[in-house]
Amino acid sequence: DGVVLGADTRATEDTVVADKNCSKIHYLADNMYCCGAGTAADTEMTTQMIASQLELHKLNTGRTPRVTTANRLLKQMLFRYQGHISAALVLGGVDVTGPHLYSIHPHGSTDKLPYVTMGSGSLAAMATFEDRFKPNMEKAEAMKLVRDAIAAGIFNDLGSGSNVDLCVITKDKVEYLRPFDEANIKGKREGNYGFKRGTTAILSTEVKKIPFDIVSTQVVTSRSDSAMDTA
Amino acid sequence: MTSLRPDVEGSQILDLPNGKYGVPDMMMHGFQNVRSGNTPAHPLQHSEKHWHENKKMMDFAMLRNLQGLHAPLKLQMELNITQKMRRLPGLGSSHVLEESLTGRDMMLDFEDIFNDPDEVPLSSQPHIQMEKRLNIL
Repeated sequence: DGVVLGADTRATEDTVVADKNCSKIHYLADNMYCCGAGTAADTEMTTQMIASQLELHKLNTGRTPRVTTANRLLKQMLFRYQGHISAALVLGGVDVTGPHLYSIHPHGSTDKLPYVTMGSGSLAAMATFEDRFKPNMEKAEAMKLVRDAIAAGIFNDLGSGSNVDLCVITKDKVEYLRPFDEANIKGKREGNYGFKRGTTAILSTEVKKIPFDIVSTQVVTSRSDSAMDTA
Repeated sequence: MTSLRPDVEGSQILDLPNGKYGVPDMMMHGFQNVRSGNTPAHPLQHSEKHWHENKKMMDFAMLRNLQGLHAPLKLQMELNITQKMRRLPGLGSSHVLEESLTGRDMMLDFEDIFNDPDEVPLSSQPHIQMEKRLNIL
């Protein structure tokens, strides 16, 4: 009766973390959300494009859009650009026909499956799913499973990290839990590297007076009309 | 049956545009250089340039196979009429009827967001454009 989407929150530039807390679960429609892996700009722009097209479609037809519509729009756009738009997406949502989950690859191929993973941590997450997935799970159990799968990706893959975001979509409402679980909190610094006063012994003290000569004196009047011109 | 993706660049014939007397006209088209515009800047350049036209050809081929020759003929006739209705060069036309007929007014694409022709900062001279159109340059 619902779909649970999960994502980590790390954006990397090769081996450097560019964004420690980015949001990878994008809004497509009120009943559909899309997780994006790959180039961040590509996923962002693609999901925004498709969200606009879905809104236009919804205004034209007067019905809430179906998940398979979004799937087809995404698939056709990504095939048109032949994989140059590197956006690997996991699309999930609930419509009149029920809950659906699709995975869309950058070249335009899609799969409709009960559980999918995408991105660099996909193998670790898929391993968790393959072990513990059962059909018709309860909501809390499903959320825990997705959280564990993302955590597997976070701890075992360098390209994923920081927190776990979760999005639970059911027929009536959407819960966007960001962050669902903060798995990597930055540690507090334990020690202080500064030196205490008196670490170095003082051998001798000498006070000298430096003579100043007054060269010139100038008196300047502050004219009140131009000093603070706030016009 | 045409495919959804247009042909690869390697298989097209390139013609340098010719003026009068069979010699390339430098006033109209500038200096002709075989190397200048022919290697594509991007592997998808040719595909994107002909995308809408190719999609239309594919749809018409399917329509012809399904409903007979009259279906694409009628639609193409209407499209031809709308494509003749244009403003003078220099001013942009809104293509309202053409977009209604092809269904483009119900779709949003990257062309509608990026590179909007309304926001082009550079505008060319309408006199030169009219002369080029009427071939009296």
